[in-house]
Amino acid sequence: MPTTTLASTNVELNDEGFFVHPEQWNEEMAPELARQEGIDELTEGHWKVIRFMRDEFLAKGAGPSVRMLAKTSGISIKELYQLFPKGPAKIAAKIAGIPKPRGCI
Amino acid sequence: MTVRVVIIGGGTGGTLSANRLRRRFGEDQMAITVVDQDNRHVYQPGLLFVPFGLTHVEDIVRSRVRQLHKGIEFVDAAVDRVDIASDQVFLEGGEALPYDVLVVASGASLVLEETEGLTGAGWMEKVFTFYTPEGAAALEAALSRFDGGRVVVNVVDMPIKCPVAPLEFCFLADWYFHERGIRDRVELTYVTPLDGAFTKPVASEHLGGMLKERNVELVTEFNTCLVDGEKGRLLSYDDRELAFDLAVVVPLHGGAEYVGRSPGLGDELNFVPTDERTLQAKAAPNIFVIGDASDLSASKAGSVTHFEGETLVENVARHLDGEPLVEGFDGHANCFVETGFHKALLIDFNYDQEPVEGHYPGAVGLPLLKESRLNHFAKLLFQSVYWHGLLPGREIPAVGAAMPTAGKRLDTPTRKE
Repeated sequence: MPTTTLASTNVELNDEGFFVHPEQWNEEMAPELARQEGIDELTEGHWKVIRFMRDEFLAKGAGPSVRMLAKTSGISIKELYQLFPKGPAKIAAKIAGIPKPRGCI
Repeated sequence: MTVRVVIIGGGTGGTLSANRLRRRFGEDQMAITVVDQDNRHVYQPGLLFVPFGLTHVEDIVRSRVRQLHKGIEFVDAAVDRVDIASDQVFLEGGEALPYDVLVVASGASLVLEETEGLTGAGWMEKVFTFYTPEGAAALEAALSRFDGGRVVVNVVDMPIKCPVAPLEFCFLADWYFHERGIRDRVELTYVTPLDGAFTKPVASEHLGGMLKERNVELVTEFNTCLVDGEKGRLLSYDDRELAFDLAVVVPLHGGAEYVGRSPGLGDELNFVPTDERTLQAKAAPNIFVIGDASDLSASKAGSVTHFEGETLVENVARHLDGEPLVEGFDGHANCFVETGFHKALLIDFNYDQEPVEGHYPGAVGLPLLKESRLNHFAKLLFQSVYWHGLLPGREIPAVGAAMPTAGKRLDTPTRKE
């Protein structure tokens, strides 16, 4: 499994770039993870989704699918795609340091 | 004292739960009531074969009541809501059914209105689903008239009932158009929100390869935003467009509507949050869930429901006795995948073990992840096993609830990205 350095900390990612140990993540790592996904700047909208994904994961043990994310966060699927054009649930999960959502496994 | 058990749903899960409970508890110990909104029990795996004229709707529908053992009451009525606080099920007419134990077995339903345009122009003319008896029958008529063009098979979102069914539809469509001598005039495309043909890596690679062999194009990570029947195109949220002459859509699934009217019972999609090992609902200790109605990560399939039956009945009994529940269910699923040309392959897996190659249930048995005529005959035979073995709640010889590993190649390498 590849190890990489984010915000001066070594973290373990799986083959697809998701965190193996979500507890290794902190908010300082998010901007760099976002840049790797082609998002140059994290806006308040991005952060709302990232924190939401993180909370859902900590509460339920799995990140939500796009549709569940839209239903529970109140942000429409269209807006989610504007924020994360390459796939909201997957990309936001990567940036939030949580495993790939079950809905898209 | 007679314990009152109410079971919502007279499909696979409700029927086999009622029959298993009836065998275990005498009528003086337990009163069992099954509620459903109609008396038509559909053998759902049969729906896949209807569009190709391989079976007909009237051959896969039977009376719900007649699948229930003697001494089980059947109420033909729609449920309005469950009141968890007072342990009552309210029917649409206002009548209340008080319960000591509730079994939720109301399955998954199609949420057509969640996909824009799906039921708009072209619905049931060039846009179909085979997940309902009416849709499957209408699609049969449309396919028989179809003489060439672009066919898309589109899964809107997961989870869906029988996740392999849309793939089987592609395999059978390839066979069907071959038989009709027009395969070279048909472009077949499989459009999925997943990043591969299936949810589990080894099977996904295998099934993806089978699509390729059959010249079925695979479009992945496609989240359908609009079904435009008028112009004949699918649009995704990330602005991709796919043209079609005929679209076969598997709509978003949700739980039953009454779940949404029952405070505390369901999630945002009306599935019922459930303990994945004990099958107890998270909402209340006297509610248990079986089959597609739950939010478990197990497949929504009849085999899963059958394997859950043993744990469900044991835990209803333990709950009534005040004993700790068994963590009996392992997520076991067992699916025959019809691949066309009179062959099928078999996959067998659970929460922890993905489908791999080998044989089932032991070293000598049906081949796993491999097409064979034997698997095709086993699939055909299954309809009889369903009515006469699975619904009555019998154990099926050589098919235990816990997933077997004896004949499996557990060293099968997993896919690398």
